Amino acid sequence: MTTKQYDLSKLKGLNKSMYLNFNQENKANRSGYGDALVTLGKRNKNVWVCCADLTDSTKVDKFAKTFPNRFVEMGVAEQNLVTVGAGLAAVGKIPFVSSYAAFCPGRCWEQIRTTICYNNQNVKVIGAHAGVSVGPDGATHQALEEIATMRSLPNMIVIVPSDYTQTKKATAAIAKFKGPAYMRFGRTSTPQFTTKQTPFQIGKANILKQGKDVALIATGALTYEALRAAAILQEQGINAMVIDNPSIKPLDKKTILKAAKKCRHIITIEEAQVTGGLGGAITEFLSETHPTKVTRIGMPDCYGESGDPQELLKHFGFTGESIARKARKLCKK
Amino acid sequence: MSNKFKRLTSIRDLKLMADVIREDIIISLREAKSGHSAGPLGMADILTALYFNILKHNPKKPNDKNRDRFILSNGHTCPVLYATMANAGYFKKSELLTLRKLGSRLQGHPHRAALPGIETTSGPLGCGLSQAAGMALVFKREKTKQKVFSIVSDGEQNEGNHWEAVLFAAKEKLSNIIAITDRNYIQIDGNTEDVMPLDSLKKKYLAFNWNVIEINGNNMQQLISTLKKARNNKDKPLMIIAKTLPGKGVSFMEGDYRWHGKPPNKDEAQAALNDLHKKECLERGDWYHLHQKLKPIHKKIKRSKK
Ligand SMILES: Cc1ncc(C[n+]2csc(CCOP(=O)(O)OP(=O)(O)O)c2C)c(N)n1
Ligand SMILES: [Mg+2]
Repeated sequence: MTTKQYDLSKLKGLNKSMYLNFNQENKANRSGYGDALVTLGKRNKNVWVCCADLTDSTKVDKFAKTFPNRFVEMGVAEQNLVTVGAGLAAVGKIPFVSSYAAFCPGRCWEQIRTTICYNNQNVKVIGAHAGVSVGPDGATHQALEEIATMRSLPNMIVIVPSDYTQTKKATAAIAKFKGPAYMRFGRTSTPQFTTKQTPFQIGKANILKQGKDVALIATGALTYEALRAAAILQEQGINAMVIDNPSIKPLDKKTILKAAKKCRHIITIEEAQVTGGLGGAITEFLSETHPTKVTRIGMPDCYGESGDPQELLKHFGFTGESIARKARKLCKK
Repeated sequence: MSNKFKRLTSIRDLKLMADVIREDIIISLREAKSGHSAGPLGMADILTALYFNILKHNPKKPNDKNRDRFILSNGHTCPVLYATMANAGYFKKSELLTLRKLGSRLQGHPHRAALPGIETTSGPLGCGLSQAAGMALVFKREKTKQKVFSIVSDGEQNEGNHWEAVLFAAKEKLSNIIAITDRNYIQIDGNTEDVMPLDSLKKKYLAFNWNVIEINGNNMQQLISTLKKARNNKDKPLMIIAKTLPGKGVSFMEGDYRWHGKPPNKDEAQAALNDLHKKECLERGDWYHLHQKLKPIHKKIKRSKK
């Protein structure tokens, strides 16, 4: 399946201080995680990695080869994975515990709650293969709820990076952050658009493109689709603001408030259930501070299914075309 | 209840059917272009024995309340379940070509609500035996005769959930559970004994107060005689540790954990089918007749792009 290409560098109002570059090859965010771990491992001897029989697909294979003494194969046992992680952290290590998001944190929420979050242990929980774009494996493997379940835990921060380079930065940032962290990403290769110079900070959202009619606030790889939507809207005379929001918790309240004050409409975009995720976080915040109508794009309280990743993204309305259609409807009202 | 399809009674016919199912696995995986090869091929004999001889079931009435229950706990091996169900008459064989595609009833991991005859959704590992135990407990307390069969993989016995079920079934003396371990010694990251050692599984189940039988899970004769006897299992739940060869029947897949989660490409699919044909020719069965039915599918695989 091919999708229409837009020259995103021609978008009006692109924020120069974001140093975006649209001429890069597609890469998987999980590779950014794996590559960053090796760098981190060299710099910090306390970085450990634990894995539950998914070494290659969670991309921790390079770390395992480089630092066999700081790599732990747990087998298919996600509850043990996170609780052993809590033990490693209790004696001063910085464990990255990774699996498919459907199983970790999917299967071991209470263990994460008590042994990691309530204990305030320095464990980094990594959920790979999140979202419907997991593809043919189907609904059982397409985690859609964990942004909500992780976000609701006190002490936990939640980061959803939007491309390969940002995933590398996010991995380093959560390692530096003292305390529990959850980071999630998908399976497929997706467009890269941030660069080394693009800022990344926990708790910060980035305005990629200025606009005034509608604010598209996205998280994860779908941020690129938000940019594509802005290109489509631009052709139709609608000026959309695009915000990249990798830090779902803590939320960048200042930037969100700015967007709500400037634009008449807010649309949140995430490859997750509409309940409790990015859309939930922004809705909660705005309803208390600056009541604004928020349209949430996400999974409308249903499960995914098997299919080709691109096909599924289209089917469930996650493409730039579909986002643009919704935005246009709102702006015409 | 009576089975509304032809039960296969001769070992020769059952073996032929297992190889037809292996072909269907290869063809559906090739068409899907993703999915798991090794486990399903290794389990084809077990599924054949169950669906064509042992289970009380009716493909035309998948919800018959007196049916035996079959729980596939290691859901990623569903290509073998789908191929077996299609051959048993649950749905048309051509539907196997929709595996893992958008809108298909044959989800990448089996989904209860999608396809009649699927007893439960699986894929997330380690939960099958618990559900089997739940069903078996009701049948036991209500004194009904159904048996609950469940296949669990070896890799998934890394999961705590599985062992919670093992304790529970022993406590409740659920002798109507006939569990089968697909003991193929592989999981994703390598051989089971390297990733998370399980041996001696037999001693573990004995210590957990289960009946245990070890068999060759690729030997049809042994499968049939063991499973027949298993219907009379008493006092404790039964674990049949079935040693299988992952990738069985396809020379270049046999015993190799790297085929855990990979489908064959076009050339590999052709080579796999050749391997399976060769084997059947050697057995001089009536394979030609069975394969006539598959011809259109063979053509399709030749046509499909690499
Ligand atoms: C709870 C859970 N964790 C992880 C996975 C990912 N996974 C799928 S298959 C598999 C290996 C299981 O080993 P086994 O079933 O013995 O594999 P096989 O013999 O079929 O190759 C893993 C880890 C999963 N499906 N469910
Ligand atoms: Mg196995």
